[in-house]
Amino acid sequence: MGGAASLSSTPLLGRAAQANPDQPAPQPQDDGDPAHYKPTFFNQEEYLFLYHACERLFPQDENGPGAQALGVPRFIDKQMNTPYGLGALWYMQAPFVEGPPELGYQLPYTPRDLYRGAITPINTHCLIRYNALFAALPPEQQDNVLHALESNTLRFNDIPGAAFFEQLRTNTLEGAFSDPAYGGNHNMEGWKMMGFPGARADFMDWINQEGAPYPFGPVGMPPKANPYSPAFQNDEEG
Amino acid sequence: MTDETSPPKRPDVLIIGAGWAGSIMAKELTEAGLTVTMLERGHDHSTAVEGTYPSSIDELRGAVRKRLFQKLSRTSLTIRNRPDQTALPYRQLAAFLPGEGVGGAGLHWSGCHFRATEDDLRLRSATIERYGQKFIPKDMHLQDYGVTYKELEPFFDKAEKVFGTSGEAASVRGQKTGKGNIFAPDRSDHFPLPPMADTFSASVFRKAAAETGYHPFSIPAANASQPYTNPYGCQMGPCNFCGYCSGYACYLYSKASPNVNILPTLRRDKRFTLITEAQVLEIMLDDTRKKATGVRYADLKIQSEKTLEADLVILSAFQLHNVHLMLVSGIGKPYDPVTQTGTIGRNFTYQTITSSRIWLPKDRFTSQFVGAGGAGVAIDDFNQPGFDRGKAGFIGGSPIWVNQAGLKPIAAAQGSGGKGEPRWGSAYKSAVIDQYRHSFGIDAHGSNMAYRDVYLDLDPTWRNAYGQPMLRMTFTWKDNDIRMNQYVVKHIGDIAQTMGATRIGLNSLQQGQPFDSRVYQTTHLNGGVIMGENPKTSALNRYLQSWDVSNLFVIGSSAFPQGMGYNPTGLVAALAYWSAYHIRRTYLRNPGPMVSA
Repeated sequence: MGGAASLSSTPLLGRAAQANPDQPAPQPQDDGDPAHYKPTFFNQEEYLFLYHACERLFPQDENGPGAQALGVPRFIDKQMNTPYGLGALWYMQAPFVEGPPELGYQLPYTPRDLYRGAITPINTHCLIRYNALFAALPPEQQDNVLHALESNTLRFNDIPGAAFFEQLRTNTLEGAFSDPAYGGNHNMEGWKMMGFPGARADFMDWINQEGAPYPFGPVGMPPKANPYSPAFQNDEEG
Repeated sequence: MTDETSPPKRPDVLIIGAGWAGSIMAKELTEAGLTVTMLERGHDHSTAVEGTYPSSIDELRGAVRKRLFQKLSRTSLTIRNRPDQTALPYRQLAAFLPGEGVGGAGLHWSGCHFRATEDDLRLRSATIERYGQKFIPKDMHLQDYGVTYKELEPFFDKAEKVFGTSGEAASVRGQKTGKGNIFAPDRSDHFPLPPMADTFSASVFRKAAAETGYHPFSIPAANASQPYTNPYGCQMGPCNFCGYCSGYACYLYSKASPNVNILPTLRRDKRFTLITEAQVLEIMLDDTRKKATGVRYADLKIQSEKTLEADLVILSAFQLHNVHLMLVSGIGKPYDPVTQTGTIGRNFTYQTITSSRIWLPKDRFTSQFVGAGGAGVAIDDFNQPGFDRGKAGFIGGSPIWVNQAGLKPIAAAQGSGGKGEPRWGSAYKSAVIDQYRHSFGIDAHGSNMAYRDVYLDLDPTWRNAYGQPMLRMTFTWKDNDIRMNQYVVKHIGDIAQTMGATRIGLNSLQQGQPFDSRVYQTTHLNGGVIMGENPKTSALNRYLQSWDVSNLFVIGSSAFPQGMGYNPTGLVAALAYWSAYHIRRTYLRNPGPMVSA
């Protein structure tokens, strides 16, 4: 992938943070609070984009917390360091040929490539079009950009906007609803919103209660219960 | 089990693939006194490791990152809708999910365990008898299996007893009994376990379907409704509706799998050897090309190629891989859709499935996370042999069912929105939550007919990690099957009205809509190495023996001439027991073709 734009991240980051004082910028520390997570794959400019784009896809509202409070950006950053992030779960043999959408994903890019290749050009587009980075735009303009990506009217560096959008949407929903061990679904708030009881996995007495609501809140996996996450992120299975 | 680190001596039998079909054949042939070596491309899998609670019920690691499924990075296939297109690689698992590792797709399946109808097994003859030859559309390859329900009945029965299947019969040895499927053919015995309980959604459907005038019954489930010990001494625990069947290894030993129901007894048998991480690359033939001598395989543990010889070879990998191995080994003649000659790759079929959705009032919670993969309530009114296709104007049919298998939140969220509804933002979020709490799915799980230009062959461009051409799938939906689906889905609407739905989202196939490889449908792929009575139109005889290579038997849904309305595993297992019975009774006494071509 050739980079169309070479943006120096520092001054832009400063601009974005200043332009949006209501939204706390991620701080370089990890005390378990999703807002304080320091990304290991994404650079600050990329992470700031992610932080705000995920929130538009899954916003805080009367139903409960949004992607930021759920730790979705943290989840996605962690996933980039798994075999999944490296594309190891996909068939990635050349040649790569475009085809009708029904025949599925045909790009030579891994999830990492999609994020790395699309975020900076999207920010450049936002600067040209709106004179601000994505993170600093008002929500309505952020939504316009996301709609343009979803409908594939924006296309960067050979990455169709829709391909990036679907990657982002997929990972955002994964982060909202996977076990908190992976970094998202903070305090199981995603599961609480849905009414999903997590790892209970025993409904012997709740097979049919004639439509009554399930009475118990969720439980997560004990932190060390799963050898495949998060301590063993580079495990073959992902 | 013989230790695989000691180099296996020449076994009597080589079995390719450690799923249901391979495990059944291994059990039967070791019982016959033969030494059997089973080769599996993936890792070993056991409940004690893959099924350990709670890591076994992690949605991200399980169904989302596809832990138990085929590793596409090594090998996939290419897909196109029409022969004039360039097929492109299936780069991300979506529409169907072949398994990998010991247990195969039988480890991560749901457990719906049907027999076949009498007509399913002789669909060409039955269609001509009922509606005349002209009723068969041009270019539809409608065929009989060459085996009847009556012949298979003892083997359906045996499979149910091995699987510990829960269900309720309607007719046993000619006597009416219970509240089972009144359209199902007579049985020699009851199900080994009583039916699974109805989830709330299934109970709503059962009541509404009966009120609408249909005949609901409990789906036969290879999920144990009670503790069970099968004829091999393998034990199952009662299912607690945890909701982690499809895509997961059952942590409770409740869902039947080769790993739980057959392999424990095989692993204790000195005649049995299991070699894992052994990717079979070729079935080797002698100079006459009429006899298999063994297999060539990649030992993935040491990255080296090896060969093994045997007297008898059983090909029992997943349907797609059975076809692929036949083609790359040069066994039989590849199917050519232009001349309609050749048999390998012919009659490839799928499952015509669409899922509709029903919303109940806000004070009714559907608890979709509760479920068991094989449990649910179905009606067979549009699938049973007596349903008048002449009036409806299509061949085939479709059960309708509520099969609440346990819906997890990532899958629920990914599947919400679209088709005019928001896919993100606040409105989407509210809709996802509402849909998860108050709705449930109703499926039309229909048959899929075989057509002249729907087939499998080798791709000219893309290769697997072993340098072999990958399989190429040419598949799309055809008029007969689209109309069948539309007809049946319309009746889902009637039932939904009866149950007081606040909103009904019907989903049917549309004319001109191509098969979409990006959306999960089912893993019920059939055909390509089909059984039959004529070597010009089938690759196998009625005993699943290759017409071309008589010491090769090819077991699996690859043998189905067309896709039936039911899930395939029950018929796969019955055909495996049927084939094994005739190998033991006839072939071993007098090796050679069991039917003269």
